[in-house]
Amino acid sequence: MATLRRARLTYGESMPVTDQADVTRRKFYIAMIYGLWSIIAAALSIPAAIYLLIPPKLRKMPEWVEAGDVSNLEPRMPVEMVFRQNRVDGWKIQSEKTTTWVVKLADSQVVAYGPQCTHLGCAYHWDDNRNYFLCPCHTSIFAVDGAVVSGPAPRPLDRYEAKVENGKLLLGPLRQSKEKA
Amino acid sequence: MSWLDHRTGIETAIQNFLYEEIPASSGWHQAFGSIAVFLFLVQAFTGALLAFNYAPTPGDAYNSLRYILTEVTGGHLIRGLHHWGASMLIVVVVLHMTQVFLYGAYKKPREATWMVGVILLLLTMAYGLTGYLLPWDNRAYWGTVVSTQIASHIPLVGTYMSRLLGGDNAVGVVTFARFYGLHVLLLPPATGLLIAIHIYLVRKHGVAPAPGDEAKSKKKFYPHQAFKDTVAIFCAFVVLFVMAVTVRVPLERLADPTDATYIPRPDWYFLFLFQTLKFFDGPLAIVGSVILPSLAVLALLLVPFVDRGQVMRVTRRTVAFGVVALALLGWTGLTVAAIVTTPKPDNTVAIDYGAPTDWIKLSPQELAGIGYFRKENCASCHSLQGKPRIGPDLASVPIKKTAAWMIEHFKHPAAMVPGSSMPAIQLSDAQLNALAAFLLKLTARNAEALANAPDFAVQAALTYQTGNCGSCHQINGVGMKMGPPLNGLVRRRTKTWVAQHFANPEALSPGSFMPPYRFSSREMDNLVAYLFTLPD
Repeated sequence: MATLRRARLTYGESMPVTDQADVTRRKFYIAMIYGLWSIIAAALSIPAAIYLLIPPKLRKMPEWVEAGDVSNLEPRMPVEMVFRQNRVDGWKIQSEKTTTWVVKLADSQVVAYGPQCTHLGCAYHWDDNRNYFLCPCHTSIFAVDGAVVSGPAPRPLDRYEAKVENGKLLLGPLRQSKEKA
Repeated sequence: MSWLDHRTGIETAIQNFLYEEIPASSGWHQAFGSIAVFLFLVQAFTGALLAFNYAPTPGDAYNSLRYILTEVTGGHLIRGLHHWGASMLIVVVVLHMTQVFLYGAYKKPREATWMVGVILLLLTMAYGLTGYLLPWDNRAYWGTVVSTQIASHIPLVGTYMSRLLGGDNAVGVVTFARFYGLHVLLLPPATGLLIAIHIYLVRKHGVAPAPGDEAKSKKKFYPHQAFKDTVAIFCAFVVLFVMAVTVRVPLERLADPTDATYIPRPDWYFLFLFQTLKFFDGPLAIVGSVILPSLAVLALLLVPFVDRGQVMRVTRRTVAFGVVALALLGWTGLTVAAIVTTPKPDNTVAIDYGAPTDWIKLSPQELAGIGYFRKENCASCHSLQGKPRIGPDLASVPIKKTAAWMIEHFKHPAAMVPGSSMPAIQLSDAQLNALAAFLLKLTARNAEALANAPDFAVQAALTYQTGNCGSCHQINGVGMKMGPPLNGLVRRRTKTWVAQHFANPEALSPGSFMPPYRFSSREMDNLVAYLFTLPD
């Protein structure tokens, strides 16, 4: 004769069950329900997390961009050069107009400065009469070699990685100056 | 009663939901409804994920989907789940409906449940129709051209419908925006609401009992039926997941409205409708496009009012079985007919743009180099993916040699690298030149893409090299400019024109001094297919 037992259920309800086989089967059902749904949840949420959180492998762009001809540069006379740079933006390649101030510091040394003041990113320009770079926003002043002369700028002008091949200036990524003003 | 339940009633609500009483005869055959709800949620989830990297405009849709497939981590899997989930949802919804139909579960008082279900079936098909356009490849574009044309043939409202969908029989930005809006903004909440009503009605009337259930005591949904539903859902999910991982979802060429050779076909579950259209010509066309489908939907809606007899044991419902068998036969026949009558595209190659396609940017010489690399079986000694073999890895370190050195080395390996056990390669100088050009361009990054270059393109490049086409034509900026550059040929000429032009250039371009070429049909197919993949 089956003994009347009370089995505790998941949702806190208790319910009469008549024999041991029933209890075992019930436990098996519940274990399977939890187990299978856990697998489904993991199989959906792990790929979703990977998809959302791991950055895509981006296409590489050519490392060196040609900025212009530097064979006729006057020593220590900065020239503004405008060039187009391609940037990978998700599924698009954006072609952006970028400028750089290029100056020949010595015969074998041509440097290219990033076009923004290191203080708050305003566009600075070369003042021919006074022989320095002047930022119109907060009057930061940089020497021809990029060093801060006066004003609030925290560090010298940023430089592009640059090399000259056959009189053409090739630019790499823009590097932030490490030294302090 | 717990603190949480006292404040929210959530536990009582879940208990009421799970401990619903169901007839003793309930079982595996009733799991399809649960699978359908589950798949709908998977579609909503994967759809939302896709939206994080997808740009819904004709200008960007294709490129962003390619980005998902080739660059986003796991993008292939998410798109695969969404694509195959859609097909699976159609299958499961139809199976659910068939089960309900066979068991006569729509009978009084469950007519409304059935009718809401029919509307849900239509919504599921609407997702298929609108989602088909969103990849914006040739398949999507031309498939939608056909479906919007059908809409424009509806009497009285046709012209208006066509204007509503983008105007003047053209599929463009307006059509795209409307399909996208329907697919992601309007249909999902509508479906959610109708599913809620559908389930509410099921609960209100209870799961339909079979004859003989009155005598037996009822059982509870949880855990008996919940267990069966869970197992069924799990099996469906495993099938879906395996398909998403293993079966590649093709992405065709970017939609090209000027491609006169494309043969549009709808997704497989619409093929029967597509085939029905062919039986009706001229003024009768609306019979196939509008009248028959409308009658079919009406018939489905009215099923519970036509079949009003007592509920019978499923095994005795011969008429219902007959109807299902006839429908299955008709559907299969129409679908098979549609597949069989689809003409084979004139070239047998299909390029999967969902895979890396860097090879398209190679010069024919480099591409031919891949051909020699494969032909000479270089990969048996040299690896490209960093696994050490007898010879040096050719991709992970750039080869710092000149082409001349490479060619000498191919001819006399031991003379250039003392002690080398590499056999000399028996190829002509031009062929060795191509091989050297390919190897010098090799990097770890493009090695995989180069390994994927399809055979037809490699064969075409070999033909191109043998025919010396590069001494007059340019491909990807390499070659002479005596003749026209061959990039973007797809926009200027048809495949037939190009094929005829090879045989007799002067007949088609008077004054041309290009010599005639005789190719085998296979060479011609490969070459023309390759030339037509070249981008502008």
